[in-house]
Amino acid sequence: MVNVKVNLGGLEMPTFLATASGTFGYGFEYVGAVDYSKLGAVTAKGIRVEPWPGNEIPRHAEVPGGLVNAIGLQGTGVEHFLKYTVPWYRQQVKGVPLIANIWGASVEGYAEVAAKMGDAVDAVEMNVSCPNVKAGGHTFGQDPKVLAEVVSAVRKATKLPLIVKLAPNVPSIVPYVKACEDAGADALSMINTIPAMVIDIEKRVPVLANVTGGLSGRGIHPAAVKLVHDAHKATKLPILAMGGVYEPKDAIEFFLAGATAVAVGTATFSNPGVVAEVYDGVVAYCERHGFASVSDLTGALAS
Amino acid sequence: MTDEKCKVIEHRELGSGYRFISFEAPKIVETAEPGQFVHVRVPALEPSALRRPFSIFNAEEGRLELLYKTIGRGTAALNAVKPGDVVSVLGPLGHGFPLKCDGMALLVGGGFGVAPLYFLARRLLAVGVKPCLFVGGRTKDDLLALDRFEKLGVEVHAATNDGSFGTKGLVTDPLDDELIRIKTAGEKFELFACGPDPMLKAVALRATGTKSKGWISMDRHMVCGVGACYACIQKTVRGNSRCCIEGPVFAAEDLVW
Repeated sequence: MVNVKVNLGGLEMPTFLATASGTFGYGFEYVGAVDYSKLGAVTAKGIRVEPWPGNEIPRHAEVPGGLVNAIGLQGTGVEHFLKYTVPWYRQQVKGVPLIANIWGASVEGYAEVAAKMGDAVDAVEMNVSCPNVKAGGHTFGQDPKVLAEVVSAVRKATKLPLIVKLAPNVPSIVPYVKACEDAGADALSMINTIPAMVIDIEKRVPVLANVTGGLSGRGIHPAAVKLVHDAHKATKLPILAMGGVYEPKDAIEFFLAGATAVAVGTATFSNPGVVAEVYDGVVAYCERHGFASVSDLTGALAS
Repeated sequence: MTDEKCKVIEHRELGSGYRFISFEAPKIVETAEPGQFVHVRVPALEPSALRRPFSIFNAEEGRLELLYKTIGRGTAALNAVKPGDVVSVLGPLGHGFPLKCDGMALLVGGGFGVAPLYFLARRLLAVGVKPCLFVGGRTKDDLLALDRFEKLGVEVHAATNDGSFGTKGLVTDPLDDELIRIKTAGEKFELFACGPDPMLKAVALRATGTKSKGWISMDRHMVCGVGACYACIQKTVRGNSRCCIEGPVFAAEDLVW
């Protein structure tokens, strides 16, 4: 029997497999189609203090090897989330920890939503790829100093395991990893989507109403593996890796590059069975290669 | 909702790019309601391709039937599916039409938008409501499955833009004649519609304008089909609603155009 449990910065995950924020609703939408017994955590869709309407449609474009989306973080505010969404999730899904993904337009906004979560969820993941309204719209995740500031503020606001989801579009991931470490993060998750754009050449207009969006899916996987590898070399913080996991091999690559846990995302849209397929395949790999525990795979590249 | 592995029973061209496909889908059929849809993983596409949503044309005796038009890459690839192939079908999904009606049930379909109305007609008849169908298309080739409606004994009023079948003009022309007759007779009615957006808007406004109930099935590009991704948004009085789970059938008075 392979030990499938992992500890992600204090979050005890019954299995090594999670779902990525934005691809799995608030966690209960896939009941009936996904084998939840193989999930170690569900990450809910992004929540801020107030409700947010999101972008106009079209919000997505299918591209070879992936999906470009600009949903725009539509969501109910934190009060609705705590009053209705979390109890409904707990009733529908038993035994799978819930990670709340949070965002804000200011440092104070992040801290407020984190504080309001209390202990209603099992961990908090920060989406730092949002524009900082007070700083001219630059995203929090693209300046190590600003990143440290917002992570510190959230750290003070919550005792829950704190995961910071890093943006991939930086020259080097290392200063951002260090900033999170110094500011008290318990874990990292990576990667967020890669900024992207699709044009309808017949109409000569951008496909997305928001003009630009984020690329996810199969095509971003090798880029994500590289960033996980870079981050793992720079820190002892555990990493929840995501980006283009469609089959067991993709997850195993993440573990070998340094991940402690892995999430499926866009693949769920085409195949809700991906959860069971990836879980079973990773366990079979561990058996075949003599790993007693999935956690033994972390960073286990042959030297 | 289940992700059912369904064997294809029949798949044939109906002409003008329209096709009929049926599956053995006992689990989906067991709970399917008119107006709901299924999300099909098209085997000939790459495994990472998004699923394609289709209205349920009929669900009966373990058999799931769909009508579709070949429009893009996904439906073109679906053409290659043969009887005996096994296809992953997620469903039934979404909220469908109500299965009751106060007064006359007027079903309005445009092109392949007629698809969910056959299942609806059959289920309404089963609860003692006798519907009639108003159907429109560009030409007679865009009027689908009329034989199936006629077999149910449903009265059909057709309109085509070129006059090749039925009244020349829009589907709302024969519909308006009927609405005038109903108004004169002091009767009640409800509208059930599926088709292109301009037709749906015209039908919805006829419902709200007469303070009658209208049930409008919206067609939006979908990603997940289960309410998880928030891509298929329809504006409603409640804000940005997800077509796949809060719809695809919306009350006419809730829609914002």
